[in-house]
Amino acid sequence: MNIQEYFELLWTDYTLRTITLGTAVLGAICGMLGSFAVLRKESLLGDAISHAALPGIALAFLITGAKDSGVLLLGALVSGLVGTFWIRGITSKTHLKSDTALGLILSIFFGFGMLLLTFIQKQPNANQAGLDKYLFGQAATLVESDVQLMIIVTGISLFVMLLFWKEFKILLFDADYTKTLGFNTKFIDVLITFLIVLAIVLGLQTVGVVLMSAILLAPAAAARQWTNSLGTMVLLAAFFGAFSGVFGTAISASQKNLSTGPVIVLVAGVFVLFSFVFSPKRGLLFREIRFRKNRTDLKLMKTLQFMYGIAQEHENISHPHAIRILNNFQGFTKGSLKKLENEGWIALEGQQWAMTPEGFKQAQEMYNQKAGNE
Amino acid sequence: MDQKIAVQIDDLTVAYNYKPVLWDIDLSVPEGVLMAIVGPNGAGKSTLIKAILGIIKPIAGSVSIYGKPYSKQRKLVAYVPQKGSVDWDFPTTALDVVMMGTYGSLGWIKRPGQKEKKTALESMEKVGMLAFKNRQISQLSGGQQQRVFLARALAQDASIYFMDEPFQGVDATTEIAIINILKELRKAGKTVVVVHHDLQTVPEYFDWVTFLNVKKIATGPVKEIFNDDNLTKTYGINYKVAVNK
Amino acid sequence: MSNPQIEIQIIAAIVAMACAIPGVFLVLRKMALISDAISHAILPGIVIGFFVTQDLNSPLLILLAALTGVITVFLVEFIQKTGLVKEDTAIGLVFPVLFSIGVILISKNANDVHLDVDAVLLGELAFAPFDRLMVSGADWGPKSLWIMGGILLITISLMVLFFKELKVSTFDAGLSSALGISPVVMHYGLMSVSSITVVGAFDAVGAILVVALMIAPAATAYLLTEDLKKMIGLSLLFGVVSAISGYWVAHFLDASISGSIATTLGVIFLFVYLFAPKKGLIAVLYRQKQQRIEVSLITFLLHLNRHEEESERHINHLQEHINWHVVRARTVLDLAEKNNLVEIKNDIVFLTHKGLTFTEKSLEYIISNKDEKIEPMKEDFFLFRG
Repeated sequence: MNIQEYFELLWTDYTLRTITLGTAVLGAICGMLGSFAVLRKESLLGDAISHAALPGIALAFLITGAKDSGVLLLGALVSGLVGTFWIRGITSKTHLKSDTALGLILSIFFGFGMLLLTFIQKQPNANQAGLDKYLFGQAATLVESDVQLMIIVTGISLFVMLLFWKEFKILLFDADYTKTLGFNTKFIDVLITFLIVLAIVLGLQTVGVVLMSAILLAPAAAARQWTNSLGTMVLLAAFFGAFSGVFGTAISASQKNLSTGPVIVLVAGVFVLFSFVFSPKRGLLFREIRFRKNRTDLKLMKTLQFMYGIAQEHENISHPHAIRILNNFQGFTKGSLKKLENEGWIALEGQQWAMTPEGFKQAQEMYNQKAGNE
Repeated sequence: MDQKIAVQIDDLTVAYNYKPVLWDIDLSVPEGVLMAIVGPNGAGKSTLIKAILGIIKPIAGSVSIYGKPYSKQRKLVAYVPQKGSVDWDFPTTALDVVMMGTYGSLGWIKRPGQKEKKTALESMEKVGMLAFKNRQISQLSGGQQQRVFLARALAQDASIYFMDEPFQGVDATTEIAIINILKELRKAGKTVVVVHHDLQTVPEYFDWVTFLNVKKIATGPVKEIFNDDNLTKTYGINYKVAVNK
Repeated sequence: MSNPQIEIQIIAAIVAMACAIPGVFLVLRKMALISDAISHAILPGIVIGFFVTQDLNSPLLILLAALTGVITVFLVEFIQKTGLVKEDTAIGLVFPVLFSIGVILISKNANDVHLDVDAVLLGELAFAPFDRLMVSGADWGPKSLWIMGGILLITISLMVLFFKELKVSTFDAGLSSALGISPVVMHYGLMSVSSITVVGAFDAVGAILVVALMIAPAATAYLLTEDLKKMIGLSLLFGVVSAISGYWVAHFLDASISGSIATTLGVIFLFVYLFAPKKGLIAVLYRQKQQRIEVSLITFLLHLNRHEEESERHINHLQEHINWHVVRARTVLDLAEKNNLVEIKNDIVFLTHKGLTFTEKSLEYIISNKDEKIEPMKEDFFLFRG
């Protein structure tokens, strides 16, 4: 199956539609809530949470014996929250820094999860098939009830987010100030953290423990480059996330042996790369272009200043001078003289130049401005 | 004194582990003064404001705003935090930040509407930032950012204003603009408490001053107590400043 | 114990030691997560290296993969410098993308690459003894033993050689530049050693558990000591103990060795986190409570010292003046009375002579705000508690 066939099948094939809807919804909720994680400078918390969720999945399976993803996700949620609050406990009560706490919880919880998973695999009667998918994610294992769960959770998160939009925004920007206004900042903080953990847990089956954090960060990091409004950023991130989900699923479904998680991450990564380079306001490309333009403008102005100095010494400012006399001034080229002519500041004739009244005025203004600044 | 007391602080103590930050502070701020809090680095100036506003929990002591605890009088109080305390790369506009000043009176969940927008725009006009209302906050200069913060506090429409180093890192124009607004606030009968660094400008800008260095050294009208004696007590041995009265 | 069992334990212990040393410096330099980033990002390097060498234990592959690790650090720092995203986001973006590329390379070439994604995450410690180093027909033991042993040896010698430089540049970057030790060289030196260690260890314990072996022993040791040499010693000890006990736990549960080692590390950390004598949770909470009472006591005595008026000193009004809950006011008052710092006459509280002396000492401390002044007072507190 190639990608084109995939999109054709999408309208007829029920399973394919379920899976695609699932990854789209997942990408959207992760993009949305990931924006908060990125702005809170808690980008790597997502990585720790997703790893910390693994033992919860294994324990839920060991205790209930159920393969029902709802139960497993509940386990993941609990252990993800335990990990999150333990990280906070470590950073607030000891002198260990957040990077150490994150790395520690991430690797230890994951190791414990792997211990449990390998233990389960060796159990004779355990119907363990399918727990592996939580490592890298298999969108193909999504069934309708999973997607329904995703839609419900996304709906609730969206509702809570819209309800507390004002509170979320002000807390993210200025927590102390929020407190002085009488808001219970602890409550808002826990609510945001809970929603982020929820989104991560929801994505484990599709994207897997290892790469989940990227789905959270990448759409938000890309969206941030295109807008300066929080609302637009969240919307854009949701869109980027959904698109990465759908496109990633399409690619991985159309090839053999491709886990969904890594492909979705790569698609999201392309979004980030594109945004970093081509975003008009912040992007590296336009930044470089602006930088060069500023430098050329600066050079032009310097040339004009130099000419002004010469022209000042003559009664008639438009008295022509030989281009030659500019030679001991380093900053001019044929091109830059041409540009100055185009601006109407000088007139070129053969090997001579003359300042126009406009050019003289422009240089004078600049001179005064400079004097005023000093 | 028949003047009303706007802020009353009794036996306020804040300590971090054993480290005293503020010790047994008694302070009353009369209504309608423009007061500077001065003291060396680490004297607990910002901490004092934060303790008054309930951001930091004190070990002992009480604070009252017009006779009642802060939690009951929130709407009478506005706050300008230090400019460096927030991330100015946050995706939002100047107007949006100023609107946040109205969030307190809105309470939970309710969204700001036309009325709040009008309040915000008026405050922006007062600080001369109306032209920049749709500007992303990272594209504002340091002085403009400070003015946005001031406008946000003005939008709170309070009786008492607490400001943490509003003159830090601003250009001369902004400094004059800010001090004019502070003087206007005082004229309107508001009380303004400012953490201030530049001792030279104290007599010119303020009419009331508190010297603080972990303990309260002195408080009162600038004309009476802003002298070398108190400065020395606050800043250490033989501190002198050229005070042009 | 069979021969392979002993070999596995030796390999595990050596891996743990090789990881613990750079781990200490990463934790102290607040760069612990770089190990996470490197351990994931070297995957494409390993796969490409495998295409070239066809041998997972080839030194060339290790160098190629370690190079990927250093490139990752470059890349992260480049993105951080653009200022487009916050610093932590840069790490969070780079390594999943590189790891994904690695995973896809493996799955697309599953027939040619005998690398299994599970093995990448978990390592194959149980199989390590079977890949043996044969030199002209003689069996020299497991290859990974030689590789990790070599890496450990290099790490130790580099550490011993540059101990002073490492110490200075870790604790005081400013001073280190002044002394002519380039922070950049130290930084990338450490990054290179970490990368090589991660690559070497990754085959045995897997990508994520390398992180556990690097961070957990150092973090645990850091809760027990702040002395660099002791910290390194303790980290080595914790690493080796968990490696060997982890092996036996896995043996009895018939489960993943590396998962079990990480779990043991976690258990040791949890124990130390709770019970460490000075930095542990219980000690910290107890100390905070003590300090609160002691600082309250000083506040209370100062209050008495400063206020002559009876209304401020009346036993029933104290708590409202000082704004404490009844219980706390009671505790402090009792403590003061029991130690003869105050006496109560007609419900009015007075400072005793001893109380006055103590108050003056406290005042001196508060006004000077110097730590030396509190030290002798702490002994007084100690007496009060008894």
